[in-house]
Amino acid sequence: MNNNNVIEAQNLTKMFGDFTAVSAISFEVKKGEIFGFLGANGAGKTTAMKMLIGISKPTAGKASVAGFDVYKQAEDIKKNIGYMSQKFALYDDLTVKENIMFFGGIYGVSRKRIKEKTAILIEELGLEEVANQLVGALPLGWKQKLSFSVSLIHDPKIVFLDEPTGGVDPITRRQFWEMIYKAANQGTTVFVTTHYMDEAEYCDRVSIMVNGKIEALDTPKKLKQQFNVTNMNDVFLKLARG
Amino acid sequence: MKRFIGFIKKEFYHIFRDRRSLFILFGMPIAQIMLFGFAITNEINNVDIAILDHSKDATTEEIINKISASKYFSIHQFMDREADVETIFKKGKVKAVLNFEKDFSKKLIRDHKATIQIITDATDPNTANTISNYVNAILIQYQKDWNKDITIAYQIIPRTRMVYNPELKSVYMFVPGVMTIILMLVSAMMTSISITKEKELGTMEILLVSPIKPIQVIVGKVFPYIFLSVINAIVIVVLSIFIFKMPVQGSLFLLAMESILFIISALALGILISTISATQQTAMMISLMGLMLPVILLSGFIFPISSMPLPLQMISNIIPAKWFIIIIKGIMLKGVGLQYLWKETLILVGMTIFFIALSVKKYKIRLE
Amino acid sequence: MSISVRHISKSYKNVKALEDISFEVKEGELFGLIGPDGAGKTTLFRILTTLLIANEGTATVAGFDVVADYKKIRNSVGYMPGKFSLYQDLTVEENLNFFATIFGTTIEQNYDLIKEIYVQIEPFKTRRAGKLSGGMKQKLALCCALIHKPKVLFLDEPTTGVDPVSRKEFWEMLKRLQQKGITILVSTPYMDEAALCDRIALIQDGKILQMDTPQAIVKHYPKQIYNVRANNTYQLINSLKAYEYNHSVYPFGEFVHYTDRRADFNPKDLMLFLESKNLSNVEIKKTEATIEDTFMELAK
Repeated sequence: MNNNNVIEAQNLTKMFGDFTAVSAISFEVKKGEIFGFLGANGAGKTTAMKMLIGISKPTAGKASVAGFDVYKQAEDIKKNIGYMSQKFALYDDLTVKENIMFFGGIYGVSRKRIKEKTAILIEELGLEEVANQLVGALPLGWKQKLSFSVSLIHDPKIVFLDEPTGGVDPITRRQFWEMIYKAANQGTTVFVTTHYMDEAEYCDRVSIMVNGKIEALDTPKKLKQQFNVTNMNDVFLKLARG
Repeated sequence: MKRFIGFIKKEFYHIFRDRRSLFILFGMPIAQIMLFGFAITNEINNVDIAILDHSKDATTEEIINKISASKYFSIHQFMDREADVETIFKKGKVKAVLNFEKDFSKKLIRDHKATIQIITDATDPNTANTISNYVNAILIQYQKDWNKDITIAYQIIPRTRMVYNPELKSVYMFVPGVMTIILMLVSAMMTSISITKEKELGTMEILLVSPIKPIQVIVGKVFPYIFLSVINAIVIVVLSIFIFKMPVQGSLFLLAMESILFIISALALGILISTISATQQTAMMISLMGLMLPVILLSGFIFPISSMPLPLQMISNIIPAKWFIIIIKGIMLKGVGLQYLWKETLILVGMTIFFIALSVKKYKIRLE
Repeated sequence: MSISVRHISKSYKNVKALEDISFEVKEGELFGLIGPDGAGKTTLFRILTTLLIANEGTATVAGFDVVADYKKIRNSVGYMPGKFSLYQDLTVEENLNFFATIFGTTIEQNYDLIKEIYVQIEPFKTRRAGKLSGGMKQKLALCCALIHKPKVLFLDEPTTGVDPVSRKEFWEMLKRLQQKGITILVSTPYMDEAALCDRIALIQDGKILQMDTPQAIVKHYPKQIYNVRANNTYQLINSLKAYEYNHSVYPFGEFVHYTDRRADFNPKDLMLFLESKNLSNVEIKKTEATIEDTFMELAK
């Protein structure tokens, strides 16, 4: 394996009975890269991601994540990645601090380190005043930023973000992307699934899935040139309409 | 009217497409009746007892023979000393001791009265109670036989409970209770769930922002469950008549009318629950904790109301199920008619009207 | 006026959901409420569709008062809530039939209105609604909301979670419905959809930030925006934020949108500054403001 690649997939395939959800996809993601994994609902994004994070066994093909094989070393993969989804992020009925402590705990971070991290994190996000308040009472944007930070608490090599910024206001969204840039700059690889095409423009490289296959894979700039359009939304429209 | 029929049609689609609920709906009454009828029973078989006979005369021997000949008891040992009673219970095998007083025959002939003390292990009060009932039954039977030959009448004290259930079949006692539980469950829980389901799905919003009237929504929701509950009631009665040979003494028509009355009161409760719960889960919890438990515990179905502490007895009065159980026991077991049951019926009517009024008042035409 | 909102306020417990909202929507207009989650869009929709009562202010829809004449409004508007709100266990056709019946009409009577949309889902008419794809569900929901020929159509975030192809088709359908004289109030968190409306109101934290045609709104953006790009986006953002004359710095797709506080800003100065921060391949170009830029400027 190339040392610079933290994710490698070769002909990765997942079948459910006769239905091919993911059809022989191949791609690599480099260390510190922000990789956008795009596709409509039902295109196979979630299935593919589940195989990469070690919670679903592929039907065929090869893949390694953070140097571990998805077939045999799923448990090692889980220890080395962070995960954040819009659907499930934090516990609304725990306080900000309790959430950080809890997630630190389940990732096996030492008590001392959790304490340090909690302090840094709360300061960075400017949550000092609400540190002991229930997360449920925070605005959506704060929750998402906190949730992203929590997914990085064990310093994972890769962080998987599943539709992270849906519905937040534009300013918070920028702040969120600034956090992503920062993490990537520090060497964390960021893998983002989304069906919002404007989100794709922020990524270093994007892949677009249609019906279980990767139909395009390049930098947003080159894709726009290739399809001779001005934004990623139009790239997608051209791809999907054939 | 067309709107209303369209609504009911939709409700039946929901019901018939949810196979699992449908199975529970109709499987449950059958399973419950079978369970109570066969498995969970108060009947006893071959219970070990001990005899402490201070007389050892012809009469006591005859009674002991009768008891040991019955399939209910087997005599584990004969004892000599009163003091051993405690040790024998501590061992746990023996559930009851029959203590015949001294000069039993003599006293019976001379005073027309002799005493047997029935000492039971009341760690299991239900069994203890049943054992004592069974021994009594055997004694009464014995006295009856005795009295045939002798002209002087001996004292017989019949127990009222046994008059209506002389074979002591517990299934007769359970049928009214099971019927009450099932009608309550189907009517109240299912309606409350089906209304909150619309809230959870967001379809209630669309229904509210449409010309359909709230009353049409409520009646449309409730109507299919009246139908299903009636079918359930019929299944239960048919099962108890044909499988358990339970005689229905009173009028079937009256039974049907009273059941419909109870169903309507339960449906009104269901609507009421749906007005205060936002999710199906809450509706289910409230139905189970707020309705099922009181019905099981306080309606007199399992635990006799007369032996409850006074505050619980008072609470039991506000439980519709209590009155319904009295009514159907009356109709099914005693065969009495409305002339004896009008009071309970009236209470149930009153409660039903109250619940309907309250739920109509509480029903929201808006979201908050 | 098809919709008229005057000084509407609404609070839940301690939270102010709407604060003194006023606007008007003309007959046949396609009016967009643009704002993020929690801005108060759904609350406003619920007040206008008679599902909630405002604490203060009044509103009329199709000439009827939302409180006093709520029954008349319920007869004459179509409403598509934010969450997919159809019966999942009913087929496409059964859903449509049901909604036609409760509105006292039939599919045939109003077929011309829904025809264009319905033909797309007709091949699946015996499929249960729960088994449709996101785009199909949305089309079915729109059919159900249109089945009684409403005068005013309320669409609460109809395109959230829908793929770009379906989104595009959906907006094309709205344009055609508008031509049939239906007034449409639509809400969306997507700033790029704003351009498709006749007029829009930008809304955040229960307040309207600005209201106008999309063209006028971007035209009134007070500053010149520059697209800035360099080899390292993260360092670029930090450097721009450290630049003493910056007015705003926002990552924007593959660029960073930058505005300067000075009237006589010269991009060359910035270029030199960035290069002094060890950034290479620096590019600075003028660009047009978007609705999103305006939104951020107003919400700042």
